[in-house]
Amino acid sequence: MTTFPGQVGALLWKDLLVELRTREILGGMVVFALLVLVIFNFAFDLRVDNVGGVAPGVLWVAFTFAGILGLGRSFIQEKDGGALDGLLAAPIDRGAIYLAKLLGNLLFMTVVEAIALPVFISFFNFGRITLELALIVFLGTVGFAAVGTLFSAMAANTRAREVMLPIMIFPISVPVVIASVEATALALGGSPFAQSLGWIELLVAFDLIFGILCFVVFDFVVEE
Amino acid sequence: MAVATQSAAPATTRWAIQVEGLTHRYGASRALDGLDLAVPWDERVAILGPNGAGKTTLLRVLATLVRPVAGRVILGGLALPGQAAAVRRHIGLVAHQTFLYDELTARENLIFYGRLYGVEDPGRRADRLLPRVGLAERANDRVRTFSRGLQQRLALARAIVHDPPILLLDEPETGLDVAGADLLDGLMTDDQGQRRTVLLTTHRLDRAVELADRAVVLLRGRVALDLPAADTNAVALAAAIRDERRPW
Repeated sequence: MTTFPGQVGALLWKDLLVELRTREILGGMVVFALLVLVIFNFAFDLRVDNVGGVAPGVLWVAFTFAGILGLGRSFIQEKDGGALDGLLAAPIDRGAIYLAKLLGNLLFMTVVEAIALPVFISFFNFGRITLELALIVFLGTVGFAAVGTLFSAMAANTRAREVMLPIMIFPISVPVVIASVEATALALGGSPFAQSLGWIELLVAFDLIFGILCFVVFDFVVEE
Repeated sequence: MAVATQSAAPATTRWAIQVEGLTHRYGASRALDGLDLAVPWDERVAILGPNGAGKTTLLRVLATLVRPVAGRVILGGLALPGQAAAVRRHIGLVAHQTFLYDELTARENLIFYGRLYGVEDPGRRADRLLPRVGLAERANDRVRTFSRGLQQRLALARAIVHDPPILLLDEPETGLDVAGADLLDGLMTDDQGQRRTVLLTTHRLDRAVELADRAVVLLRGRVALDLPAADTNAVALAAAIRDERRPW
């Protein structure tokens, strides 16, 4: 019998191979994130005195909206070919399906962020990407992807899945978005790390609680 | 070749499949209504009946995809839903949909499912199975380039990638040409040449009589007729199924 990491590895390999061939998810996400940054850059009258208050929100709008695009596609290939039943009929831990999808979504979002973050820094005239900022972006992404992966599985079973997914994800991810924006603002403003520690702790708590919760309830979400 | 998950075992009881009082509803509609069925090891059973009789639901319950609202289900001595994870190792399923990934090649699809089922060397296993379903030449072509019939051949190979002792086939001849349909016979024995236990649904009654040892007709979620396939024929089975459609 395949071990749990082996199951996750097989599922992740399949998702990455499909994405490598179709570029359905990543291409759209990157273009969308960059477009959001460009539009906000032109839409707001960003001067030195107000950029710090607005820019972190712009950054997370780009990340979360691009993330929604990717999350919305993550279970579609399984639903379209009926392959989700194939996975559910296999002798694998259903948590492995969730974890593999989460890792895939995290990877896609991280690639988008790695491209969009330097563009953001350049557009809004911030100095450089610090380790603190990278940590905040990573923790915020983990929390968002954790709940997003679960809800994308739920939305895949609904008719209006493109509409349902944001409606389900955004309310529950409000804490992670607020904490991410606040911590990002502090990091970009050059505040000492200790000041953003509270927000970072909130992100870690959210990631742990919702990561475990979503992993546990995934079995019930996909059960017919 | 050793297939790691080959049923080491479940054959400790006489029955491969035991179903008692199986009931399932979709909303107000009752798909299965206290169905009883027992299938000994190595037997091939054709599950027949009109549309909506409960054939697919029965197979989905046995494949652990649907949790029934009532009844007892035991496969190879393992009870559902409690031992569903163990049951899944011993069954192969062909359903209405192929469970294949369009962007993967035929070989990659088999390797992927082989890995999920813990097959020791999925690549070698895929290379053995593809010629058996007549797809050796198309091994490295993506599934999206396949016709429905070729996809169905690959779905059959996928279902036996772990060499399961129990095979659940829901209208397996969908899209298959004559040569493809003939492949079914060969897939009903395992790698050691032993007969698999097979539950097969089909609307082709002649094929049901040909392939199965036993014919079971379901009407309104219950067993209405259960007899050896050798004792009946397609015309008699058609009459039994047609009776259901009469208004009285």
